[in-house]
Amino acid sequence: MEDLLSLFIKAVFVENLALAFFLGMCTFLALSKKIETAIGLGIAVAVVQTITVPVNSLILNFLLKENAILPGVDLTFLGLISYIGVIAAMVQILEMILDKYMPSLYNALGVFLPLITVNCAILGGSLFMVERDYTFVESTVYGISSGIGWALAIVALAGVREKLKYSDVPKGLEGLGITFISVGLMSMGFMAFSGIQL
Amino acid sequence: MNPEAKKSLLAPLVDQNPITLQILGICSALAVTTSVKTALLMSVALTLVTAFSGASISAIRHHIPGSIRIIVQMTIIASLVIVVDQLLKAFAYDTSKQLSVFVGLIITNCIVMGRAEAYAMKNSVGMSFLDGVGNGLGYSLILVMVAVVRELFGAGSLMGYQILPLTTDGGWYQSNGMLLLPPSAFFIIGFIIWGFRAWKPEQNEEPDFKIHESHSHTASGSH
Repeated sequence: MEDLLSLFIKAVFVENLALAFFLGMCTFLALSKKIETAIGLGIAVAVVQTITVPVNSLILNFLLKENAILPGVDLTFLGLISYIGVIAAMVQILEMILDKYMPSLYNALGVFLPLITVNCAILGGSLFMVERDYTFVESTVYGISSGIGWALAIVALAGVREKLKYSDVPKGLEGLGITFISVGLMSMGFMAFSGIQL
Repeated sequence: MNPEAKKSLLAPLVDQNPITLQILGICSALAVTTSVKTALLMSVALTLVTAFSGASISAIRHHIPGSIRIIVQMTIIASLVIVVDQLLKAFAYDTSKQLSVFVGLIITNCIVMGRAEAYAMKNSVGMSFLDGVGNGLGYSLILVMVAVVRELFGAGSLMGYQILPLTTDGGWYQSNGMLLLPPSAFFIIGFIIWGFRAWKPEQNEEPDFKIHESHSHTASGSH
């Protein structure tokens, strides 16, 4: 249990997908203009991440690993294509479920939901799960926590950028440039968490 | 070389750089730049994938039904990335270990998808190939610039060769350890963007942003 808690804290703060591994940067920078959109996207990413990481863990352990289907058959090289397929399918299914049962949330998320398929944070989460050999339980916890970490980072950045609008930034650094520098400062702040020992 | 081919090859280097202007593919641009070697390998991998995916998607563009085109593009890109990944594991195993998950993440790199969607679906095979090479090179340019700064001043070396002797080894250079940590990559890219826009002030305005509507606000400077 303590292992899982420490994994959770580590994935949210210390190894934040956005700030320590730069994953999902395209959407992170493009859609962090307003706090509301950032919250919507953050929730969507966290939900998809929570579902896809454990599912990909099952796919890896029961289909792709050596000797999983047939003795002597090693399909791990098909990993990348299966994970992205699972992610695309999951996003599609989630979209249909939300459309049917939670139309208000579906409308709020709008265009972000399909975009999540190409968010590197999602595929990155699954690939880290593979690389670090997480068990099914660990990968569930990792999926939840890395999703929350990403959502936290984008909401925080959106808060900073809403204030940044009113500041006088040198020409040329406006917009993208200053955003990068603020993300850098945030990333430095998050590094302070690396001292946490559990 | 005819002028149009030259344009699609050279424009992405500075004038329409995928990273500094189109804000595509930043994810991997930052993580693999702690050393020049990994940055170069990543650049080669991405350039190959972008070029060949552009060419193959362009070759079958008349046969792809519009409604499933994203899935078709994704499958082609994923297959190419698997090939590159296997090649790297076979011929550059140590470096491929350092690149860790980032080779796989080429699949979701927005440069590849963005060029497939915006260019390869509308243009001939040869031109799409050149466009892919050009965008790959534009990405490589930024990647190598960042990596040179980070490796030279962070570790005092380039491509693994010691250039500035470190104080820890009895030399004179006190290395700046922060450059090897994640935040420095953000700062360096921020400054590179500033430099590009100071050099070419027209990049402060929108016209180059037409490809991605949702990105257009970032350079408008209207707020």
